[in-house]
Amino acid sequence: MILATSFVHNENFLRVLYIVAFALFIYGLMGLTGPRTAVRGNRIAAVGMAIAVIATLLQPGEGNWGLIILGVAIGTAVGIPAARRVRMTAMPQMVALFNGVGGGAVFLIAWAEFDNTGGYAHPAGLHSAASGAVPTYVAVFSVFAAIIGSVSFWGSNIAFGKLQELLPGRPITLGSLQQPVNFALGAVAIALGVIIVAGSHSELIFILMLLAAAALGNAVVLPIGGADMPVVISLLNAATGLSAAATGVALNNPALIVAGMIVGASGSILTNLMAVAMNRSIPAIIAGGFGGGGVVAGATGAGAFEGTVRSTSAADVAMQLAYARQVVVVPGYGMAVAQAQHAVRELAKALEARGVEVKYAIHPVAGRMPGHMNVLLAEADVPYDQLKEMDDINPEFPRTDVALVIGANDVTNPAAHTNPGSPIYGMPILDVENSQSVVVIKRSMNPGFAGIENELYYKPNTSMLFGDAKGAVADITAELADI
Amino acid sequence: MLVTNLTILVLAGFIGFAVISKIPNTLHTPLMSGTNAIHGIVLLGGLLVIGLAGNSAFNKLILVIAIAFGTINIVGGFLVTDRMLEMFKRKPTSAPKDGEQK
Repeated sequence: MILATSFVHNENFLRVLYIVAFALFIYGLMGLTGPRTAVRGNRIAAVGMAIAVIATLLQPGEGNWGLIILGVAIGTAVGIPAARRVRMTAMPQMVALFNGVGGGAVFLIAWAEFDNTGGYAHPAGLHSAASGAVPTYVAVFSVFAAIIGSVSFWGSNIAFGKLQELLPGRPITLGSLQQPVNFALGAVAIALGVIIVAGSHSELIFILMLLAAAALGNAVVLPIGGADMPVVISLLNAATGLSAAATGVALNNPALIVAGMIVGASGSILTNLMAVAMNRSIPAIIAGGFGGGGVVAGATGAGAFEGTVRSTSAADVAMQLAYARQVVVVPGYGMAVAQAQHAVRELAKALEARGVEVKYAIHPVAGRMPGHMNVLLAEADVPYDQLKEMDDINPEFPRTDVALVIGANDVTNPAAHTNPGSPIYGMPILDVENSQSVVVIKRSMNPGFAGIENELYYKPNTSMLFGDAKGAVADITAELADI
Repeated sequence: MLVTNLTILVLAGFIGFAVISKIPNTLHTPLMSGTNAIHGIVLLGGLLVIGLAGNSAFNKLILVIAIAFGTINIVGGFLVTDRMLEMFKRKPTSAPKDGEQK
């Protein structure tokens, strides 16, 4: 091993490069703890990645340069424009897509390795089963990576399709058959995996295993509604991380193990935080059906609440806002789809010019990803110290003259406090109903993604401004100028 | 070899938990997208396997796809995260009075 041709090909030197690489990953992620250091943190992690790639290319015996360059060139040509052009509102599906290709790479690598080693039977690179045996663990970890990678690839693509509205956002389910089917697909994939670990060299079995995992990825994500998508993406992100770590064990590559595990840990934490913020357990989300009206349909039909809905006009809202002392903006996904963040910022500027205090109340799961609203408002140059987290802003609502709800729904639904029968009962919400008055900008009376009626809209201090978020906010700003 | 790798695996998991738990809500979307870029490191797996002798033509094909996928994951992921974070960086231009009001 020490017969390496030159210093740079020395194995210990390469191992040190890997250590430098994952130290940079960890250090870079530590930078993400604050908005000021985050850009640098991300770039440090990227440098770590570059070092890891270079170290790998320096491995003794590395070859097939033409194909490597081809693959990297294709990836760069696709990745750069995609990342440059995507709008901030489309960020969740972009992350889903990037996650999917990562999972795709994982299962393809496991497949190629299976092929190259005659079914994990002999060391790679020899097509005669002559020398040496491969420890069983290589097969175990490779099969794990292949199954999870395939699930993640297909699951992420479905998630992308739903968020991009190529597929219907509502759950597509097999009804009561769904769970037995999912279970059966999972069992088949695992059984085929066990056959391979037990020593089968059949490529057919490997392909069938990948197909079972692919079907499982589809079957798990298709029944999940739009509102639960962020949780799913985060979960799939964790899964891809873990499968990358498994690939690292199989290939004996520490950089892969460390990076994969960190992503696995981060994805698990985020998934859990989101599930808590939505008052849902992760198994319940994966079991599907929720998040699009499947389970709760019929629980509360329209008009089930006392009171009437009061519709208002942009001019009235402008008047209310102009004479308010404190206004709290509550953004939701409606703001994102309407690309209204800049319009909202303009309105806030106009109000501030009149001496109105403007704050933004950010629910942890507003939008399609945790922190999605923060990204959009940051894009519109809203200073981040005006963005208040749920626990900080809730005590302020009684002192707030107008709560302006822009395209947010379920995160403001008082049923979470009052109606034990509601699926969102117990979910922490923004208590907008405590403000002097509430203005809700909404396209129609249709319930939100969770498919639940919102009794907030029937409260006497609530008025509704129907319309597209961007147009409505711009109208208010225009009216404000005339006051 | 397995035991060493498992040691690394477990320790890395705990480091991940420790580091990620400190990241504030505000930055969770960039965090998700940044860690997403990091698992593009599977690219290394593709680079290692394609370098081996004895890959069939079909194998080479799927490995090129895997390398392309891994590269998309890395390049796209880091770029998009960078774009997002840049927006957080350019900071309080207005709201000088914000501090004293709370």
